[in-house]
Amino acid sequence: MKDPGSRMAYAPIALVNARLVDPVSGQEGRGGVFVADGQIKDLGAGVTRDAISGDIRIVDCGGDVVSPGLIDMRVFVGEPGAEHRETIASASRAAAAGGVTTICVTPDTTPAIDDPAIVDFLMRRARDNAQVRLLPVAALTKGLHGREIAEIGLLGEAGAAAFSNGRRSVRNAQVMRRAMTYARDFDALIMHVAQDEDLAGSGVMNAGELASRLGLTGIPPEAEAVMLDRDMRLVAMTGSRYHAELISTGLSLEIISRAKKQGLKVSCGVSINNLTLNENDIGDYRTFLKLMPPLRHEDERLVLVEGLASGVIDVIVSDHDGQDVEAKRVPFAEAEAGAVGLETLLAAGLRLVHAEQISLPKLLRAMTSRPAEILGLPQGRLAIGAPADLIRFDPDEPFVVDPRTLHAICKNTPFDEARLQGRVKLTLVAGAPVHE
Amino acid sequence: MQAAFAPIDAFMSSARPKPLFPHRHLLGIEGLSRPEIEHLLDMAEEAVEVSRQVEKKRSILRGRTQINLFFEASTRTQASFELAGKRLGADVMNMAVANSSVKKGETLIDTAVTLNAMRPDIIIVRHHCSGAVDLLAKKVGCSVVNAGDGSHEHPTQALLDALTIRRRKGRIEGLTVAICGDVAHSRVARSNLILLSALGARVRVVAPSTLLPTGIDRMGVEVFRDMKAGIAGADIVMMLRLQRERMDGAYVPSLKEYARFHGLDDEKLKLAAPDALVMHPGPINRGVEISTSVADGPQSLINEQVEMGVAVRMAVLEALAQHLPNA
Repeated sequence: MKDPGSRMAYAPIALVNARLVDPVSGQEGRGGVFVADGQIKDLGAGVTRDAISGDIRIVDCGGDVVSPGLIDMRVFVGEPGAEHRETIASASRAAAAGGVTTICVTPDTTPAIDDPAIVDFLMRRARDNAQVRLLPVAALTKGLHGREIAEIGLLGEAGAAAFSNGRRSVRNAQVMRRAMTYARDFDALIMHVAQDEDLAGSGVMNAGELASRLGLTGIPPEAEAVMLDRDMRLVAMTGSRYHAELISTGLSLEIISRAKKQGLKVSCGVSINNLTLNENDIGDYRTFLKLMPPLRHEDERLVLVEGLASGVIDVIVSDHDGQDVEAKRVPFAEAEAGAVGLETLLAAGLRLVHAEQISLPKLLRAMTSRPAEILGLPQGRLAIGAPADLIRFDPDEPFVVDPRTLHAICKNTPFDEARLQGRVKLTLVAGAPVHE
Repeated sequence: MQAAFAPIDAFMSSARPKPLFPHRHLLGIEGLSRPEIEHLLDMAEEAVEVSRQVEKKRSILRGRTQINLFFEASTRTQASFELAGKRLGADVMNMAVANSSVKKGETLIDTAVTLNAMRPDIIIVRHHCSGAVDLLAKKVGCSVVNAGDGSHEHPTQALLDALTIRRRKGRIEGLTVAICGDVAHSRVARSNLILLSALGARVRVVAPSTLLPTGIDRMGVEVFRDMKAGIAGADIVMMLRLQRERMDGAYVPSLKEYARFHGLDDEKLKLAAPDALVMHPGPINRGVEISTSVADGPQSLINEQVEMGVAVRMAVLEALAQHLPNA
């Protein structure tokens, strides 16, 4: 794996007077972190300004939170093929600004990431252009067409972190079964966006009263549940490792909860958008709020928050997906779905903390250590010897989201002009400051 | 499951001493006893010698008619059966099914009844459906040999493989045999794992999970998904042919990936026993399931298998001839 710190020997740095939040244990306490050689060398109450000797840069955090950097399991980067929407460099800047130190990039590029040479291309581009760590998620099926299994073994050897079919489900159950069966031989992780295309039909938002009032075609929660149910049966049959990338409803939560109780190797993620917004935010046909899966009813959102608190939901993703102006400045039904989110991921998540719906360590867990566990990564935890991917933020610092200041190429944020709290002040990747 | 072999009828067995091979048909290895298999292999040893002489002709099947009825294209198996029949003196007719009445919509049973009316003595059948040879055998009065039915059995291939191994290694008992590749669709694998287990070999199957049949772990073999582990220390590495239509994403992603993880090359072969031998039923996909250097290398028995094929088929025909009327 690419290690941004390996290119240059960064000077040691000590973060002192911080509120350390350890997502693994759920503990927090006053103290500091001493970083050298890209790793966390020391940690805890003993790391103070006075304890540091020699010519070492000391950052007094003034009581701000220091936690592991975020790991975002679902980021669209337009390389190759859609560089006008996002590049590795721009996504990396946005990530660093948002405190995201590892991004998993989706395979729905042009061409799709279905060839080891493209994985290699991405790794090289990331080495040269990214400040944060980049993990390619390769295509599960060739061309993402859902017909033929991609070269899971060779793609994995090239560096693919997991396998996904992009934004579309593998429709053919036999293909999915064989892909799962084959992936298991390599202990490969399958990530899947579950949505039955036929049930979703031409839907553009959540099915329900609001859609009917707006005269828009709805996507029922069952579209997700039917596909997820099918997948759980196939996981039980094949024994593969499966991550439901984006669940958005209580029905899906029940399915995942049941599968976990059965002992299946299943995890799931939720988009920050589905966790913090609801269909009413669409308001007057605001296309920036057109998302996939669609924003649901407030009741569904509350169930998802509960699922996050109880641990049924493992991971929160930004589902960062830049869409250019032309794709959004059209009637709602014709607009592309998707929103940028890397820079607002943490602050949006902190809304739940401020509303006292979830504790800070639990929120961070879903953005750091849980994704690391699922992907088998060493980062995402506060521990001596762990990679020094760290962030410093004041969870209470208010700001208004100004799209013009976002680093992403596209500015389609659903948090346009929103008042959020919690700005990232410092981001370290492998001990190197990539954002201050 | 129905017995693969109809026992010889009571009249014949009482009229003469019980023969060492008491079956009228050879439909599969399933149901054969170890002494019966060994008897066939012993007979085949003699047939090897016959085939190596200038005068290869015998008269055991003189006056007999053998029909090779191949519903599926075959070169080596059909040629092998044809030579075997001719060396034993039979009149051999190859039915080119592509031009036959089957193309005109005749059912398998009607074909069988029609051929039966021509009074053949032995019919050699290959069919793309599992169980089809068994069905045909029930509708004819002559002996039937299964030359491969679907993904079910290919008994003469297993016998020739066993003969090749026995001649080279001196035994089969106790050997570790790794059968590698498309086990799920392979009749060769099925017949071999039954036969080799019956003769006391330790059989492993090695394949990606997509090419393993459901329940294989309950068929008395060791199952490996990782080829390196699967062939480690093996005395015999038996490669299976991967059909082209299965390489392209349906069962395995690509030829390249299959060759990388499940193809036998010099590097992987080093993991097998130092004196390991390599087999392949043919025709081989060079560079896919087997590299050229292994296929043509000193450990390869591929050509020897072809020679043993004729001998084994002569032995089978001779064994069945004992039960023909007026024999």
